[in-house]
Amino acid sequence: MAEQIIYAMYDDDDVLKDGAKKLVAKGIKVAEVFSPFPIHGIDPIIGIKNTRLGIMAFLYGITGTIIATLGMRYFMISDWPMNIGGKPNFSYLDNILAFIPVTFEFTVLCAAHGMAITYLLRNKTLPGMIASNPDPRTTDDKFVMEFRMSENSNFSSEELLDLIKTTGVSEIDQKSVK
Amino acid sequence: MHKESAIREPLILGHKTYHQITEDVCKPIEDKAPRTWYVLFAIALIIGIYGIGCIMYLLGTGIGVWGLNKTIGWAWDITNFVWWVGIGHAGTLISAVLLLFRQKWRMAINRSAEAMTIFAVFMAGTFPLIHMGRLWLGYWVFPLPNQFGSLWVNFNSPLLWDVFAISTYLSVSLIFWYIGLIPDFATLRDRVKRPIPKKMYSILSFGWSGRAKNWNRFELVSLVLAGVATPLVFSVHSIVSFDFATSVIPGWHTTIFPPYFVAGAVFSGFAMVQTLMLVMRKAMRLEAYIHTRHVEYMNIVIMVTGSIVGVAYLTELFVSWYSGVEYEAYAFINRATGPYWWAYASMMTCNVISPQLMWIPALRRSLYFTFFISIVVNIGMWFERYVIIVSSIHRDYLPSSWSMHYPSHIDIGVYLGTIGLFFVFFLLFARFFPVLPIAELKTILKSSGEYQKNLPDTHHDNSNHH
Repeated sequence: MAEQIIYAMYDDDDVLKDGAKKLVAKGIKVAEVFSPFPIHGIDPIIGIKNTRLGIMAFLYGITGTIIATLGMRYFMISDWPMNIGGKPNFSYLDNILAFIPVTFEFTVLCAAHGMAITYLLRNKTLPGMIASNPDPRTTDDKFVMEFRMSENSNFSSEELLDLIKTTGVSEIDQKSVK
Repeated sequence: MHKESAIREPLILGHKTYHQITEDVCKPIEDKAPRTWYVLFAIALIIGIYGIGCIMYLLGTGIGVWGLNKTIGWAWDITNFVWWVGIGHAGTLISAVLLLFRQKWRMAINRSAEAMTIFAVFMAGTFPLIHMGRLWLGYWVFPLPNQFGSLWVNFNSPLLWDVFAISTYLSVSLIFWYIGLIPDFATLRDRVKRPIPKKMYSILSFGWSGRAKNWNRFELVSLVLAGVATPLVFSVHSIVSFDFATSVIPGWHTTIFPPYFVAGAVFSGFAMVQTLMLVMRKAMRLEAYIHTRHVEYMNIVIMVTGSIVGVAYLTELFVSWYSGVEYEAYAFINRATGPYWWAYASMMTCNVISPQLMWIPALRRSLYFTFFISIVVNIGMWFERYVIIVSSIHRDYLPSSWSMHYPSHIDIGVYLGTIGLFFVFFLLFARFFPVLPIAELKTILKSSGEYQKNLPDTHHDNSNHH
């Protein structure tokens, strides 16, 4: 069965947010919000959980710290210990001060790049991908809420449209996709 | 909605709407470039190509073409490197540190300041690379498995720390910048009509659609990147200063170097931002977004960091005497009164006296004066590095090896060339990329826009009445 999608377009982020609050209170499920900039406070209203990318960044960072430590221990202590000014590298701990800067830099490098790559993959934003915003104006000054009929089976499409129309919407568009 | 005091100066002047912000930023990109752009681009390109020619000659002939000698083994090359890295400090400071401090005024300037950072670090990276002489062996600075025996790079060396610091700084700044650019490229993609730019921006925008979850991630990624980039900003120039501070040359062997270099870097970086921004806002008609208030904020940063630099200069002088080390004392007396006194005097005038003028509100709010001081500071900061590097080593322990440094025309050509190339990159950026963060500016429009701020209160927070 073809999926019925309703796009409700708003001129203002606060109007959309209030509208979303009202509709969600009536038991309507908002499938998606498209906006030209982050609307603060919309996520809990439409039931979007906070991202866990921060945890990932921490894990990538720790990975960097470990790789840098193991790497430098291997290069500088076990594989080819250097004798500099009669002060040989006997153990990693004896020389750790010299290894702090690179450990730090490598931690940051891994955390930042790991997180950025995960971010792009999770967003499905990669070079050459096709944009899926319903209207080109949603990257300019319009804000769109998407409703799927399959997720709102308690309402008929007329009921849903009537409710949406009470929220200060500027345009409504309907689409059916396979 | 976050409310802001009505007496606080608005950050966005006039009656702007979301659409108007898009228009204002995208218009210069979509329109034909003005003739001055072509003129400036041609000049920058010619200078840049001349610099590339000098680099080619250098690589073909050897480092002997520089004005170095047995006593002065480091001079213009490392001076220029440190100068460019320093300039490259403002962008990430503005976007990372000021993001953590929730300074909204950063939003008008962060995009181009970050671009400037990236191009400045490119230019900085050129110098150690060409200094290798055999550029194609540049990858030897990384600890790669090899067939030369157990041959690894030396992790005890600050020069190697520099490799890691600069490459991390460059690549992290680059992704920070690009992640912010993606939504704005999407705005351009959905606006432009001509097929080739549309295709280009479509590729560059990575298919960004502005979904709520994407924005949720976007905000967190920006915050965490800012969190990791903040210590990075401070670490990079600290490590650059270690190149000198860990040596045992009088005049270099100074524990005060890391904080003093970081302050100096921010100082010169903001000066370069001012130089570029004051021209850009005029040329691209962005006066409503980058105005006196922004310039004043940046001037205050220049004043504070300039004062830190000034205190560091004086502390250095005092400690050289107080330490009782005669070599250390001589290095500083020689700096101030020896044959390089003119460089020392220019450094002191440009970096210590000129930022103090910013205490006067009328001066720090004057755009012409700011432009003038920004150039002065850039010159001063170049001299600072030259003074530290050359004046410390030109008089060795043995008077028989005392020497002077005279730059060769290749030294000068390479330096000018990097300035040319820097402007080539920056002009291309200003022509094809959104120079202001469109999406982020829209988030502050309601709280900091002049029109929106001055609406009567019932309209101001209408969201709360529903």
